[in-house]
Amino acid sequence: MNIRKNSEAERLSFWEKLYLPEIAKGMGITFRQMFKPKFTRQYPEEVWIPTGSYRGRPVLVNEDDGERCVACGLCSRVCPALAIEVQAAETDRDKERYPEKFEINMLRCIYCGFCEEVCPEEAIVMSKDYDLVFTSQEEAILGKDKLLVHISKLQDRLEFLRQYK
Amino acid sequence: MDIIWILLEALIKAVVILNLILLFAAALGVWAERKVSAWIQNRIGPNRVGPFGLLQPFADVFKLFMKEDLIPKAADKTFHRIAPIITLGIAISVYAVIPFADDVKIGDKIYQMGIAPDLNIGILFVLALTSVGVYGITLAGWSSNNKYSLLGGLRSSAQMISYELSMGLALVGVLMIAGSLSLNEIVSKQDVIWRWNVIFQPLGFILFLVSSFAETNRTPFDLPEAEPELVGGYNTEYSGMKFGMFFLAEYANMATSSAIIVLLYFGGWQLPFPADWLGLQQGSIALAVAQFINFMLKIAILVFFFIWVRWTVPRFRYDQLMNLGWKVLLPLALLNVLLTAVGIWLLK
Repeated sequence: MNIRKNSEAERLSFWEKLYLPEIAKGMGITFRQMFKPKFTRQYPEEVWIPTGSYRGRPVLVNEDDGERCVACGLCSRVCPALAIEVQAAETDRDKERYPEKFEINMLRCIYCGFCEEVCPEEAIVMSKDYDLVFTSQEEAILGKDKLLVHISKLQDRLEFLRQYK
Repeated sequence: MDIIWILLEALIKAVVILNLILLFAAALGVWAERKVSAWIQNRIGPNRVGPFGLLQPFADVFKLFMKEDLIPKAADKTFHRIAPIITLGIAISVYAVIPFADDVKIGDKIYQMGIAPDLNIGILFVLALTSVGVYGITLAGWSSNNKYSLLGGLRSSAQMISYELSMGLALVGVLMIAGSLSLNEIVSKQDVIWRWNVIFQPLGFILFLVSSFAETNRTPFDLPEAEPELVGGYNTEYSGMKFGMFFLAEYANMATSSAIIVLLYFGGWQLPFPADWLGLQQGSIALAVAQFINFMLKIAILVFFFIWVRWTVPRFRYDQLMNLGWKVLLPLALLNVLLTAVGIWLLK
């Protein structure tokens, strides 16, 4: 049989069995830890700025000559949480279609990024906003006025998408 | 007329000392616990309420006052209410016999610095009261009518039985050297650093220290609470200020244990060097203030030690605790008594 004894008495030396020297060693470690630099971020004062890979609040890209969205409704179709509602309308511009109504319910959104992935026009992207607070359910439904963000503020994310998507 | 003055003096002392312990020591203890644990874990700790977060414990207590006070339907309501009062009351009343400084002479009257520091059975009184303290925890566990609370309460009493013995025996060494049970007398024998009892009684000191960790239910012997296995143990069913009383009692107990250890082994209020070096007269107020600050500093260092150990050492298993209590500490305490007796007999 291949059973070897491995009791506490065999594994530990005399000094280890005394407990106290080992406890003193451990306390030395914790004492040294006290003077090491702290990891805490003083949040409201010290704001964390995410990198381009961060999936925050989804927003619509707004270029100088108008929005990119053509209201194809793919984002609304793919959204697993049914958070997006799009109503298309026609326009005289080159792109012919634009969203008359575009609403994202932030209480439903799960920040999965599927809308961004499925969008053929790269018109809806995830921003860096993570500090989202609402005081009522109505307020949490964001309309076009809040969703449209100028392209210059989304460069990090667009750069990231170009590299990894 | 005389008896009224004596009573009034005792009352004033009691109010001052209770405020000192409850408001100051316990609150500062809570603050120190949170700060030290934060530092050990590379965090900053409370720093929003007041300078350095010093008012945090008051905010905590204020929150506890605002909380709903729930009593479980199946609980024994009387004992459920009494248990935290016993725990906190016992933790505070030990301070009745603790001397804070040497006697002060004002005019031709001698004032004692403490409520009754010259009690001739001082240390016996302390031991008796701390043993009663376990009733609070056991009653809390039993009256909650909750299996976890009951287990916590039972553990507390089992732990108490296995540690009181070695604690008492470790004390015997000190008592043999001092030849008295009065705390004032034990302290006055240790007037300079090389006459502190910790030098004559290193083994007894370690035994007493370990036992007092068990006595105050602090990690590594906090089995009655044991959050992961007993969901908080004896205080599972407590909320609001009743929980707050257990909370404060824990820190008051810690301050008490530290005070007793300082009195017995680290010279109590005695300065580490002869008082003449400071040019202070025996019995003067200035000397008493110096001694008081010295005493409080020693207590603060020991409280820090208690906290430091809590955030370093993990909890003992129940059988390990029993083994340690009965098979290790008790024989060692007996050995310590024997060695002290031989030492005194040889040196006489």
